[in-house]
Amino acid sequence: MELIKPGINLDFVGKRKLAFAASGFLILLTIVSLFLQGGPNYGIDFAGGIVVQLKFKAPTDAAAIKKALAPLGMADALVQRFGREGNEFLVRVERSDRNLDGLGDSIGQTLKKTYQDGFEVRRVEMVGPKVGKDLRKKALLAIFFSILLIAVYISGRFEAKWGLAALMAGVLAGATLLVQAFLAGTTGSEDTGIVALIVTALVVTLGACWLLKLRYALGAIVALIHDVTITVGVFSLLDKEVTLAIVAAILTIIGYSLNDTIIVYDRIRENLKKAGRKSLDVVINESVNQTLSRTILTSGTTLIVLICLWILGGGVIEDFAFAMMVGVVVGTYSSVYVASPFILLLPEGRPILKRATAPALAKPANPRPRLQAAESPDAEQPEPATAAKASAAKKRSRGKRGGRKRK
Amino acid sequence: MPKNLKLKVALWSVGILVALYLLLPTLGGRMPSWWNTFMVSDRIRLGLDLLGGMHLVLEVDVDKAVEAQVERMSQELRRKMQDQKIRAMRPEAEAGGLIKVTLLAKSDQAKFEDLVQRGYPDFSLEQPKDLPDGKMLFTMKLTKQATSHIRDMAAAQALEKIRNRVDLVGVGEPDIVPQEGGRILVQLPDIKDPQRAKAIIGKTAQLTFKLVDDSVDPKSVTKATMPAGSELNYLYHRDRASGRVTKDPIVLRSRVLMTGDTITDARVRMDSQYNEPYVTVSFDARGASQFAQLTTANVKKRLAIILDDKVQSAPVIQEPITGGEARITGDFTMEEARDLAVVLRSGALPAPVRILEERTVGPSLGMDSIKQGITSMVVGLALVVLFMLIYYRWSGLLADAALFLNLLFILAIMAVLGSMESIRATLTLPGIAGIILTIGMAVDANVLIFERVREELRLGKTPAAALDAGYSKAILTILDANVTTLIAALVLLQFGTGPIRGFAVTLSLGLASSMLTAITFTRVVFDVVLTRFRVKQISI
Repeated sequence: MELIKPGINLDFVGKRKLAFAASGFLILLTIVSLFLQGGPNYGIDFAGGIVVQLKFKAPTDAAAIKKALAPLGMADALVQRFGREGNEFLVRVERSDRNLDGLGDSIGQTLKKTYQDGFEVRRVEMVGPKVGKDLRKKALLAIFFSILLIAVYISGRFEAKWGLAALMAGVLAGATLLVQAFLAGTTGSEDTGIVALIVTALVVTLGACWLLKLRYALGAIVALIHDVTITVGVFSLLDKEVTLAIVAAILTIIGYSLNDTIIVYDRIRENLKKAGRKSLDVVINESVNQTLSRTILTSGTTLIVLICLWILGGGVIEDFAFAMMVGVVVGTYSSVYVASPFILLLPEGRPILKRATAPALAKPANPRPRLQAAESPDAEQPEPATAAKASAAKKRSRGKRGGRKRK
Repeated sequence: MPKNLKLKVALWSVGILVALYLLLPTLGGRMPSWWNTFMVSDRIRLGLDLLGGMHLVLEVDVDKAVEAQVERMSQELRRKMQDQKIRAMRPEAEAGGLIKVTLLAKSDQAKFEDLVQRGYPDFSLEQPKDLPDGKMLFTMKLTKQATSHIRDMAAAQALEKIRNRVDLVGVGEPDIVPQEGGRILVQLPDIKDPQRAKAIIGKTAQLTFKLVDDSVDPKSVTKATMPAGSELNYLYHRDRASGRVTKDPIVLRSRVLMTGDTITDARVRMDSQYNEPYVTVSFDARGASQFAQLTTANVKKRLAIILDDKVQSAPVIQEPITGGEARITGDFTMEEARDLAVVLRSGALPAPVRILEERTVGPSLGMDSIKQGITSMVVGLALVVLFMLIYYRWSGLLADAALFLNLLFILAIMAVLGSMESIRATLTLPGIAGIILTIGMAVDANVLIFERVREELRLGKTPAAALDAGYSKAILTILDANVTTLIAALVLLQFGTGPIRGFAVTLSLGLASSMLTAITFTRVVFDVVLTRFRVKQISI
C-alpha cells in the first residue's frame, strides 16, 4: 500500500512565499499573545504555589468548592475542573507569600466540613519559592545546553566541517562567558541571566552560521526556533499551563523536529551531487517530494500514539501530549515549507528560478557548480521581507565572484 | 546459511532470552526464595506517581543550628571562666556567630586570651575594646570553616535523625537522600497517612526544662513588669471532649536548666488513674545526675517541661528524682503519645526543618495512572502495529516484531537499572509516555529502510541487492535523525527531576533500542528468510 505515489511532484518551493507569510503570521500572533499575557502561564513548578487535586463523589462545581474554602480566606485560589471525567477539580494557589506548608492539609480539613467524606484528595503538590527558583534555573539551563549541543552537532554533521563546528563551539562558549561576566556585574534575577544566555547562544549561533556560510545549519536552526516559538504561542493563546512536563515536551520537540529536517537535507545533498544541470530550487523540490512519503509516515505514526496519549493518558499526560502534537505538526510543516526553501534565501542559493525554464543551451558550460550566485540581470527580486538580507548577500557575492569555489 | 548469519541469529536469540530472564521477577508472582538467588534483577520499580506516596524536600535551618551551637559554647565558656576565676559579665551569644565577653578586670586579659586560644580554636578573637571602669569588651567570632562545619554536621545529623524516625514509624522502602545545599529528599512510597508522617519527620522535638517563676502573676504581668531573667510562655490544654485547645499564660525563668539531648529512651504508658496516655523518658547517666541535681535543688517548685517552645506541662517537683526518668503529660491521644515517643527516641533535630517541596499522590490516583498508562500503550501499540501491517505487509509484520522487541528491551533494562542501588531508576507516568512515544518514533527507522528498499526495487534491483542498498543508504540517516532526539533526551536526563527524569530514561532507551532492532534485527530476519526460504520477492 502506498499513500504517497512515487512520482509525486508537489510544488513546495513555489508556495514558499505563502508558507513564510503564514509562519510569520503565527509567530507574530505568538509574540502578541505572550506580550498581552505577560509571559507564558507558568505552572507552580516554576512560579511556586500549591495544587490540590480532588475527586468528588457527587457532582459539584467550582463555585461551591471555592465557597467551602472560604474560611481559609483564599481569595487568590483558582478552582477549575480537571480531566474528562467531570468530578475532579484542581485547587491552585500560586506563589503567594503565605506559608504554603500545611496548606494542603488545611484545604482537606476545611473541605471536610462541607463535604464530609464525599471527596478524596488525590494529589497534593507544593513547591516553595526556593525550589521554584531551582526548577526554573534547571529548565532554562536544559534549554540552553540543548541549543548549544545541537548547534555544534548540526554544524559539524551537515557541513562535514568539524573544524568549523569546533570554532563555533568556541565562539559560543566565549560569547556566553562574556555575557555571564557582564551580567554578574549588574543586578537582576538569575532567571534573566540565563534567558540572556539562551538568547546570546541563539544569536551567536545564527550569526556564526550566516558568516561561516553554514546554510543547512542555519536553515535547521531557523526551523527549530520557528517550531518552539509557535508551540509556546499555542500554549499561550489557549492559556494552558507551562509545567516541567511541557518544558520536557519542548526539548523533545527540538530533538524530534530536527529529524525531519535532517532527512530532507540529506536527500537534498545527495541529489545535488548528481543533479547535473538542475537548479537548486528544482532539486530542493524533488528532494522534499521524494522524502514526503517517509515524512508523512513517521509524523503520522508519532501522531497516532500522541493522540492515544492525549485522549487516554489522564490529566497530567494530556497537556504533555498536546504540546508534543502541536510540535510534531508544526515541525513537519516547517521541515517541508520552511527549512528547505530557506536554503534558497542564502547567498549561494539565491532564487534562480529563471534558470529552470532556460535550458542548458542558453548558458555556457560552467566549470563552477551552478549553485554559485551569479549576477544574472534577470535574477528574480527577493521577497520584500528578506530584501535587506538579500542585498547584503548581493554585495557579498559580488565581491566573491572571482573567488572561491563553493560546495 | 553464511556463517556470519548463524552467529547473528544466535546473538539475537540469546539477547531475547536474557531480556525475558530479566523481566521474570516483574512478570512472575510469588516465587520460592531459592529463585531469588538466581535473579539478577528485581521487579520494575514504580515511581511515586504510580505507586502513590509522598515526596518531600526538606531544608535544615542551618543558621539556627549555628546559633544553637554558639549559644551552647557561650554557656560552656561561662563555666570555664568561673573555674579559672576570670571576672566577667555573662558571655552573650549574638547573631552571626559572635560571642561578646566583657571582662571586669584588665588584669584577666592574658588568662582570657589564653583560654580562648586553647579551648576555642573555632573562634577568632578580635581586638578588644576598652570600656570605662577598666572593663574590656572582647568579641569572639566563629571562623568560616567552623561555621560551614557546623552546617554540614547539622544537615548530616538531621538526616540521620529523620532516617531513625522513618524507621521507627515503619514505612516500607523509604528513600532518604541528602541533596546539595543542606537539603534532604524523603520519599515514602505507599504511605497511608501523609499528614502524620510529615508531623513526625518535621518535628524539631527540642525538649527543654525550665523553672516556673511563681513570683509573678502570669495573667497580669506586662513587658514592663516582667522580672529580669524571666519570660512569658503558654501552657497548652486540650479539652478531651471537645478537642479545643486553650492556652494559659505562664511565666518561666528563662534559663534552660536541662535539655533532652541525654534522653536514651521514650515509652508510652497509660495513666491508670485518669486513663490517659503519657510518655516517660529515660536519661543516660549524665542526664540522670543532672536531673537529680535540678530536682533536688528545686523541690516544691514547679518545673516546666517545654517541647519546641510550647509548655507541655508544669508539675510540682514533689521530691528529688534520682531514677533518671521523667514523665511528660499533655492531654495526648494514644497516637500523639506514640508519635512523641518516636520523635524523642530518635532525638531532637539539631535545627528546625522546613518543607521546601511536597508532592503527594494518593494510592487511588496511582492505580488510575497505571491503568491509563497501560491503556494508552496498548491502544497506541495496536494502532501502529495494524498500520505497519497494512502498509508494508509482511515487512510490516517484521517491523512490528521489532517494536515488541523494543518494548521487551526497554522494560528489561528498566528492571536492571531499578535494582541497581546506585541508580534505582523508576518507571513513572511520563516514563510510560516516553515508551509510547518511542513506539511512534521507532517506526521511523523501519520506514526509512523500507522506503529505500522500495525505491531500489522500483529501480529494478533484486531483493537481495535492494535490501543491501536500502539498508546501507538508510543507516547513516537513521543514526543522524535519532542522535538529535537523543541529545535532547540526555540533556533532560541531566537536568530533569523525578518523573521527568523517568521520561528521559525511557526515551533514551527506546531510541537506542529502536535503532538497534531496525538496523540489525530486521536485517537478520530478512537475510534468514531470503537464504533459507529462497524467496523471490519480498512483501514490502
